[in-house]
Order: sequence, then structure tokens, then C-alpha cells
Amino acid sequence: MSDNTSVAFVRTETLPQLPPPASEAGVVKWMRENLFSSIPNSILTLVSLYVIYQLVTGAFPWMANGIWNTNSLAECREILDGATGACFSVITERWNQLLFGFSYPSEFYWRPGLAFLLLFVAAAPVMFFDLPRKLLLFTAIYPFLAYWLIWGGTIYTPLFALLGIVIGYLVYARFVKDSFAMGFFGGVIAAFIAWFIGGYIVDAIAPAEPFLEAVQSRDMGGFMLNMTLGVVCVSLSLPLGIVLALGRQSDMPIIKWICVIFIEFIRGVPLITLLFVANVVLAYFLPPGTTFDLILRVIIMITMFSAAYIAEVIRGGLAALPKGQYEAADSLGLDYAQAMRLIILPQALKISIPGIVNVAVGLFKDTTLVSVISMFDLVGMIRGPILSSTDWNGVYWELFMAASVLFFVVCYGISQYSQWLERRLATDHR
Amino acid sequence: MTSVTDPPQGSFRLSMLINDTRYRSYTFQFIALVLLIGFMAYLGINLVSNLAAQGLNISFGFLGDPAGYDINQTVVEYDSQSSHLRAAVVGIINTLIVAFLACVTATIFGVIAGVLRLSNNWVVRKLMAFYVEIFRNIPVLIWIIIIFSVMTVSMPAPNAFRGDNATSSMLFDAFAFTNRGVYSPAPVIDGASGWIVIAVFIASIIGIFAYRRYATKKLYDTGQLLPMLWPSVALFFVPTILVYFILGRPITLDYPSLQGFNFQGGLHLRGSLIALWFALAIYTGAFIAENVRAGIQAISKGQTEAAASLGLRPGRIMNLVILPQALRVIIPPLISQYLNITKNSSLAIAVGYMDVTSTLGGITLNQTGRAIECILLLMLFYLTISLLISAVMNVYNNSVKLKER
Repeated sequence: MSDNTSVAFVRTETLPQLPPPASEAGVVKWMRENLFSSIPNSILTLVSLYVIYQLVTGAFPWMANGIWNTNSLAECREILDGATGACFSVITERWNQLLFGFSYPSEFYWRPGLAFLLLFVAAAPVMFFDLPRKLLLFTAIYPFLAYWLIWGGTIYTPLFALLGIVIGYLVYARFVKDSFAMGFFGGVIAAFIAWFIGGYIVDAIAPAEPFLEAVQSRDMGGFMLNMTLGVVCVSLSLPLGIVLALGRQSDMPIIKWICVIFIEFIRGVPLITLLFVANVVLAYFLPPGTTFDLILRVIIMITMFSAAYIAEVIRGGLAALPKGQYEAADSLGLDYAQAMRLIILPQALKISIPGIVNVAVGLFKDTTLVSVISMFDLVGMIRGPILSSTDWNGVYWELFMAASVLFFVVCYGISQYSQWLERRLATDHR
Repeated sequence: MTSVTDPPQGSFRLSMLINDTRYRSYTFQFIALVLLIGFMAYLGINLVSNLAAQGLNISFGFLGDPAGYDINQTVVEYDSQSSHLRAAVVGIINTLIVAFLACVTATIFGVIAGVLRLSNNWVVRKLMAFYVEIFRNIPVLIWIIIIFSVMTVSMPAPNAFRGDNATSSMLFDAFAFTNRGVYSPAPVIDGASGWIVIAVFIASIIGIFAYRRYATKKLYDTGQLLPMLWPSVALFFVPTILVYFILGRPITLDYPSLQGFNFQGGLHLRGSLIALWFALAIYTGAFIAENVRAGIQAISKGQTEAAASLGLRPGRIMNLVILPQALRVIIPPLISQYLNITKNSSLAIAVGYMDVTSTLGGITLNQTGRAIECILLLMLFYLTISLLISAVMNVYNNSVKLKER
């Protein structure tokens, strides 16, 4: 007890916690570790900061001084009076041309607009699995509805097209219990018969004044054309790509080689040459006297193009499946069609989703190439009617920035969705 | 006791063509072949009747006719009286030039951006992510046109370089950036001695590789480590410079100079070439960056740690352990990006660069009206290139394939 007295001082209470040293906490620590951990790293940081500074000081005054409400470049320059500034009024004045092309009737702009909005409703159940499955019914109707909205004309055309599909499906459902091949081919034949007969009926009963006035394909343009081509070609090329991929994996040499030659040929040539084919050559191979819409020809060629790429992606998915899956399907006694439908394709497609989305994004960007064969898509509109008009001759930056923003939003959105889906579907290796 | 019996060898019935799996595939293939031949015949008949109706035929004779148009960038001799075939060859060479330039530049951009995206430095990482996302998500055609507009609209005209108070000046007195393109000094090879210098240079590069092989072999055989860097650098510079001065400087630079309304002399890189080149390079560079990043990330961290625990220094870990494995992942997509560059170079037609699509598929097609022949030849050219590149890729894949037993 007496020992305690020899100690001069003993603290009786615990010291309060002190904050860590300033260099080991918060912003300073973060900066030391992330930005200035070594001399080369510091140099890199400074160089990047300089680049960012240049970009911001270059772009900011130009954007902030932007003029939004004039009628021509000359007026813009007058208002700016020599100062740096963008002339965004070209976008406010010509937004309709950028989005819809220059000859789509302006009183019908709501129709492609509505079709665009409904696209989200139609795509939602495909993209997000939690939504009620009943919505898929709308997805099935959507292509016909969108066609009717955008092209207009008598409603009987899409109606009978839909009817053909329904009849085909009913025939398929009736026969698929016996054999998949019988159901499939029966369904296809029934659909074709229905369309053939429907064609005559539509001609007979089509009203002279349809509810939605018809718009010619050549009047389509602007970003709407890019969207239409992108959506239509990707959706059409998906089934075609699956068929080609299965054909390439097939044991039957003739079918395999047909698919291999088709895929390698298409993948070996640039899209531009295929568009040239659509523009000038395809007409030679059609029966004399047939006139075929340019848009339809372009859709055919772009669909073939993307189908070949999608086929390769799906082939990768098929090859990545363990062999045991194929053997398990065989040992259950499933035939080829059942094994593919129930075991192989669901898994292979799941693996291929990121690749398919990449192809879809690439294809959507490639739809701008149609401007080379003088179709007025977004790029074609900018380079053609808008830049060559006297009012807006010389407004490069603002227009191409608008186009870039439109494409960036769509493509970045899709790729972010694909990454989300990849994480969502990663059911293994948890 | 059971015995294995053969399946019943009944006589062949017609229904077996559908129901028997042994014969069914023949039926399907036969049907496919008949449909294919029928389809081809249908297209062929349509083609023949369409051509007959328009009084045309399929003939490649037009390739020998004089082209009658000028090409603004020619490497081989060409004038407007040369044949269409020669115009196509000039176009092919121009395609290969821009594809080669863009491949090299895209690789540089892509590797730098891909490595920097994995940097510890937050600012650099984000900046590179920004670059990759911006360039990947906007069509390459828009990039080509934007850069072309910069080249033609924002650059000063040649007469801005004129006079005492010129508004623009040449970079290092050697490079002039004008709205008609970039003018840079061009090397002029002076006779045989000039070629000797070039030959010596090539020989010394071969020498560097030979030396490095020798040094590696020596290292493996005897364990003796020869210096690598200094002999390589010396081999690269010394012989060429020696020969250059001994032979009396046979290679000189031809500087561009302002004469009349335009620059004369030097190397003239047109705005269209530069736009195509840089747009393809930065666009594809963003894709290559992603491939490089994926390749490096595909190598598990255990490899780095194992190499470090063997006592290798960081530089050697990268060179001897990580890179050889990462390259196996990186190179195949890299080669298909090169293929994409070659195919995308056909967008030259949008800015008037005279590649094969613009000559054979553009002006020749429009002048002669031989659409089918021109496009057939055009497709054959691109097919050949892509099949060649695929062949190279297969050879490479087989050579680096993991040798598993």
C-alpha cells in the first residue's frame, strides 16, 4: 500500500480519444494515398488536373454564353459580338428536323413520339424480370402498334399481320405436342397462308381515309430513323442469329457450311459495302418491276449484318457450356429441339447477354452509316439540310454535340443496363 | 444369359427418312440444299432478266478503261488517264496506309489508357474512364466528321502564314497546320548511298533482336546475365549515324515553304487522312483500352504475389510473369480491333479520303455504272484482308495456347 506513495502521479481517468493526426485522416490521407503517393504519380496527377482545367476553361464559357433563341447564325454572332459562345439556337429552331427528319409531317410528330414512349413499356418486361409477366402481351403487340403509329395507313395491315402470327402460334401449339418440327413448320406455313389471304382482304376493306394518315418511308429521318433501324434490326437479328449459331454448331455438314460461309462472309466485309448492296445492287436480284422501299432494303442488309455478329456471340455461349449439360439433356431422352429449348439455349443465351448487348450498341452506332447512302438520319440531317442551309452554315460544334449527346445517352444507358443484368444473372461463384 | 442383339435390320421404308434419326439428318440437309439452290437460282434468273431488260451484262472489261478522274493522294504513279484497275490499286494502298497508321496509334492510345485505368491515382483513373466511355459510346462516323470539321474549319488558311505580321506560324519552322491539311518535312533519299543508310538501320534492328536472343540463350545456358539495355540502344543509334555521316548525309529533309497561295514541298497530309486516322485511332483506342484492362485484370493476384515471393522486382514481375500471361488474353481481341479499323476505314467516303471504297466503290461505280462488279471486287478485297488477319490470329492463338497435357 505504501508503494503508491513513491509514484509521483497516476492518472485516474481514461484520456478522451484524440482524432488521428491530420496527415493520416480524411482528405489529406486520401490525397496522399491516391494522388501523391510517389513522384511519377504526382506528376500524373498534375498533368491530369491541367488537362481537366484546359477542358473546363475551354468548354465552360462557350457553353455558358450559349445563345438559345435566334433564327440564324448571323443573329447569334451579332448578339455574341465577338465573345466566345455557342449558338444553341440551331437546336431550338431545328430540333424537329434533328429528331424526325425534314419531311415527316409536323402535325404527326406525336405518333413516333408515342411509339418511342411505348417502347419503354414494351421493353420493360423483357428487361426487368420482376415485372408482371402479363405485360409481355403488350410487348408482343408493340411491333404492330409501333408500325401503325409511325407509318400510319389502314389499321388492317398490322392487324392482319398480327392475326397471321396468332394463327401460326395456335397451329404451333396444337402440333408441338407431337413433334417440335411439325409444330414449327406447320405454324410458319399457317402464318404465311393467313398473311396471303389477309393481303387480299386488307386490299378489299381498306378505307380510303384511314384513321392515321399514311406517311411514306422516304419521309422518315433524323434520330427517329436511327432508333427505328436500331430497334427493328436488333430484334429481327436475334432469332436469326440463334438459328445461325445453332446451324454452325450442327452435325450436318451441309447446313454447317452454309452457316459458316454466311457468317464469315458478312463479318468479313464492312457494313458500308452491304449498304451499297442495299442501295444499288439488291434491285437487280429482285423480280423485274418490284419496287422495294429503300428503308426495307437497308433493314434487310443491316439485319443480316448484325445476325452474323450475334451468331458468333451465341456460338461463344454455346461453346462455353459444359459438355455435361448436352449429355444430361441427351440422357433424359430429350430430342434436339427439346434439349435446345429447355436446357441449352436458356443457359447459353444468359452467358451471351453482355456480348449481345455489345453488338446491339455497336449496331445502333452503325445506323449512322446510312447517311453515306444519302438517307437523312441524324448525321445525314446535320450534314445535309441543316449545315447547307444559309441560316446555319458553319454551326458544327453545337450540332455534332447534340448528336453526340443523343447517342451517348442511349448507348451508355444500354451498357449500364447490361452491366446491371450481368451482376443480376451471376448465379454462380457467389 | 443375355446376348447383345443388333438392332432389327428391317428393310428401308420411306417413313424412316423422317422418323429414323440415322436418316433424318440426310433429309434435312437435302431439303436445305434444294432450298438454297432454288433460292440462288431464283436470284440468278432475276439478275439475268433484269440485266437483259436494261441491256447490261456482267463484264470486268471496264477495269482496263481510262478512269478519267484524279486522286489527290497517290503513292504509286497515277493520273487521270490511268485505268480503273490502277485507280482501285491506288485506293487499296490508301486504305492500307490509313489502316496501318490508325492501328499503330490506336494501340498506343489503348495501352496507355488501359494501363492508366488501373492506376492507383484517382484523378487519372477517372479521366481515363471518361475518355473510354465518351469515345466508345459515340459513333465513329460522328468522330470522323468532327475531326474533319476541326481540320477544315478551325485551322488557319495558308495565307495566314504570310507576311511579317502573320496570324499563324509554323511549329518548329517545320510543321504547318492549315485548313488544307498538315505540312511536315519529308525525307529525301539521295541515290544509292541513301538506301545504304536505310539498309544499315534495318540491319542494326535485326542485330538488336539477334543480340537479345543470344543474351537470353546465354542466360539460360550459363546463368551469366549480359547487359541488355545499353547494347541495344548503342546498336540502334551508332551504326546508322556513323554510316550517315561517312556517306556525307545522303538523307535530307525537304521542308515545306509558303509559295504562292499554298505550301510547297514537304509531306502533305490532307485533312481527310488526318481526320480518318485520328478518329479511328481514338475511337478504337477506347476499345483497346478495355481489352488491355480486362487482360491485366484476368491475371489473378496470386501470380503477382507468387512472383514477389520468389524475390522478383516489380519491373520483372510485370515483364516475366504478368505480361506474357496477359498478352495471351489481350492479343486476340486486339487483332479483331485491327480488323475493325480496316473495315471502318471504309468510312473514308464520308470525308472524301480516296480509299478503295471511294475509288472503286464510289467514283468508278458512278462513272461506269458497273455496280455489281465494283461491289463484288470491293467485298472480295475486304474479305481477303479479314481472312488474312483471321489466319494470322489462328496461327498466333495456336502458338500461345496453354500446352496442357
